[in-house]
Amino acid sequence: MKRAVSHQLSAIGLIFFCWTVGYAQHISSTELINNAKEYDGKSVVYAGEAVGDIMARGDFVWVNLNDGENAIGIWLNKGLAKEIQFTGGYHAKGDRLEITGVFQRGCIQHGGDMDIHAQDIRKISPGRLVKEKLDIGKRNFTFILLGILGLVLIFVRRQGSRLQTR
Amino acid sequence: MIPKPQLQDLKNIGYYSGKIIIGMGLTMLVPMVIGLLFAEINPALDFLIGTEITLIIGLILTKLCFTEKDLNWMQGMIVVSLSWVAAMLVAAVPLYLSGHWGSYLDACLETMSGFTTTGLTLVQDLDHLSYAHNLWRHFTPFIGGQGIVVIALCFFIKGVSGAFKMYVGEARDERLLPNVIHTSRFIWLVSIVYLILSTLVLGIVGIANGMKPVNAFFHGACIFMAAFDTAGFAPQSQNILYYHSLLFEVVTIVIMLLGAMNFNLHYHLWTGDRREIWKNIETRTLFITILLTFLITLIGLNQVGCYPRAAVMFRKGFYQLISGHTTTGYMTIYARQFINEWGNLALVGLICAMAFGGGTSSTAGGIKMLRLGIIAKTLKQDLKRIILPEQAIVEQKLHHLKEIYLEDKQVRAALLITVSYLALYGIGTLVGMFYGYPFLDSLFESTSAAANVGLSCGITTPSMPVGLKLTYIVQMWAGRLEFMSVFTLIGFFIAVIKGK
Repeated sequence: MKRAVSHQLSAIGLIFFCWTVGYAQHISSTELINNAKEYDGKSVVYAGEAVGDIMARGDFVWVNLNDGENAIGIWLNKGLAKEIQFTGGYHAKGDRLEITGVFQRGCIQHGGDMDIHAQDIRKISPGRLVKEKLDIGKRNFTFILLGILGLVLIFVRRQGSRLQTR
Repeated sequence: MIPKPQLQDLKNIGYYSGKIIIGMGLTMLVPMVIGLLFAEINPALDFLIGTEITLIIGLILTKLCFTEKDLNWMQGMIVVSLSWVAAMLVAAVPLYLSGHWGSYLDACLETMSGFTTTGLTLVQDLDHLSYAHNLWRHFTPFIGGQGIVVIALCFFIKGVSGAFKMYVGEARDERLLPNVIHTSRFIWLVSIVYLILSTLVLGIVGIANGMKPVNAFFHGACIFMAAFDTAGFAPQSQNILYYHSLLFEVVTIVIMLLGAMNFNLHYHLWTGDRREIWKNIETRTLFITILLTFLITLIGLNQVGCYPRAAVMFRKGFYQLISGHTTTGYMTIYARQFINEWGNLALVGLICAMAFGGGTSSTAGGIKMLRLGIIAKTLKQDLKRIILPEQAIVEQKLHHLKEIYLEDKQVRAALLITVSYLALYGIGTLVGMFYGYPFLDSLFESTSAAANVGLSCGITTPSMPVGLKLTYIVQMWAGRLEFMSVFTLIGFFIAVIKGK
C-alpha cells in the first residue's frame, strides 16, 4: 500500500516538474535590463526570436534573441545551436526559442556585455521564410507619380527650349 | 527698419533649394538598387515613390523660380536651412512607407537624426527591416555628414560664387583647395576612400566573428558610414552590442576618431604633413578633454561598482565615452543601463564629453574643440595679465593650421556659439522636464540631440510625447548648422511679416 502511494506521489511530482519546466515563467528583456542587479548570476528562462547571424566562436556561438522589446545575446554551445534553422530578417521569421541559462549583468568572460550563458535550449515554434507579396497600392501609386513626373518634365523642357529661342 | 524680402529673394531661394532637392531625390536611387539586388520589391517601390515625389517638387521649384542671378549671403544661409528641412521631409517618405515607423513624424525624426549625424532612432522592429531601408538609414548621415549642400556643389551647381555662401551656411569654413567646389570634391574623395577601406576591414572582422560574408560587408559599409559620420546608427537593434566583439569595437573607435577630425587635418594627413596633427590645437584639446572626461567617468563607475573588473569597466567606459565625445552615439550597453547602473558622476562625465564634441569642419557635433581651445587660451591669457606686471604685453598664440595670435573677434565668436549650444542643451532639458522626465535623464537626452550625438538613456522611444519629438528635431537641426543659418531663417520670416 505504502509503495503504491509513493509511486502515485512520484508520478504527481514528475507531472508537476514537467509542467513547470514546460511552462516556465519567461522573463522579459525589459525586466532583465531594468532589474539587472537582482538577476545577476541567477538562472533565468528567456524566450525570443533568433535574429541576425549565428556567430560561431570556437566551440560556442552567439545568437541574439529578440522578445519583441529588446534583443539579448545568448552564448551557447555549438551542439545546442544546431537546433536553430531560421534567424529573423526581412526575408525570414526566425525560430522562437526558449533559453534556460545564467544571466550576466556585466559578463567578465565577454568584456562586460549583458548576456545569458545558455544551459538548455528549446524550440517553441519554428521559423519560416517570408514570401514578399507585391503591394498593389504602392505599384499603382508609383505609376501615377511616374505620369505626373513625365508631365512635369515635358513642361520643364518646353519652357527651357522657349527660353533658348528667345 | 527691416526691408521686406523681394520676389527675387524668393526666386533665388526657391531655385537653389529646388536643385538641392533634385540631388536628394537622385540619392534615393542607391537604396532602390540595393532593394532590387536583395529581391526586396516593396522597399524598392518605396524608394521609387520617394524619388518621384522629390523630383516632381524639385523640378517644379527650379522651373517656377528659374533665375540666373547669384546668391547673396542671406539667401545662401536660408537655402541651407530650408534645404535641410526639405531633405528631412522627402527622405522620410520611403521610411514611413515601410511601416517600420509609427508615424510620419517618427520617420522625419529618423531622417533629421541621420542627416545631422545624430543617431537617435524611432525605428520599430529594426531586426526585420529590409536591406534597402537599412542602407538608407546609414546613407543619410553619409550625405548629411559631408553636407547636403556639398553634394549639390559637387554635381549640380557649377561655377557659382554663391556656392561658398551655402557652404559656410552648412557650418563649414575650411577651403582646403582654392575653389570651394574642389574642396567639396576632396571631402567626398576622402570619404569614399575611407568607405572602401573600412568596409573591407569591418567586413573581414565580421567574417572572422562568424557573420555570413554578405551580411558582414553590408554591416561593414553601414557601420562605417555611421561611425565616420559620427551618427551611431547600426543595422541591428542592439547597436554594437550585437557583434560581441572586442576587435569590432577597436576598429569602430578608430573610425569614430577619424570622423571627429577636422577635414583640414585629413588633408594634411593625406599630403604627408603629420606634424600638423600633433601641433594642432584641436587635436591637443581633444586629447585633454578625453582624458579629463574619461577620468570623471571612471571614478563614477568605480563608485557604483557596476562592473566586476577594472578591465571590463575600462572597456565599457572608454567605448561609450569615445562614442559620446566624438558625437557618434554607438553603444555596447543598453540605453537604460546609463540611468540604472552608471550613477550620476559617470553620467556627468559622459554628458560633458557629448557637450564638448569633436573637431570643427568635421562631421562631429557639439561645441567643438577649436572653440574650447580658444576659450582655454583666453583664460590663460587673462590669468597671465593678472599675474604679470601691468606694463607687460601679453600675447597669446595658438596653432590651428598656422600660428595665430588670439584676437577678441575670435574669442567673441567662440563664446557666442558656445553660449548658444549651452542654451540649446538647457532648452531641451527644460522641455524634457516639462513632460515629466527627471532632470539628469532630460539633460542627457537633450545634450545628445543638440550635440548630434545619439546616445540615449531611454527617453527617445516611439511613445515619447510629440512635443518632445519636435523639440529634438529642432535641436538636431540647429546644432548641426551651428545656429547661423537658422538665425538667418528666423530673421527672414520676421522680415516677411514685419518688413516694409
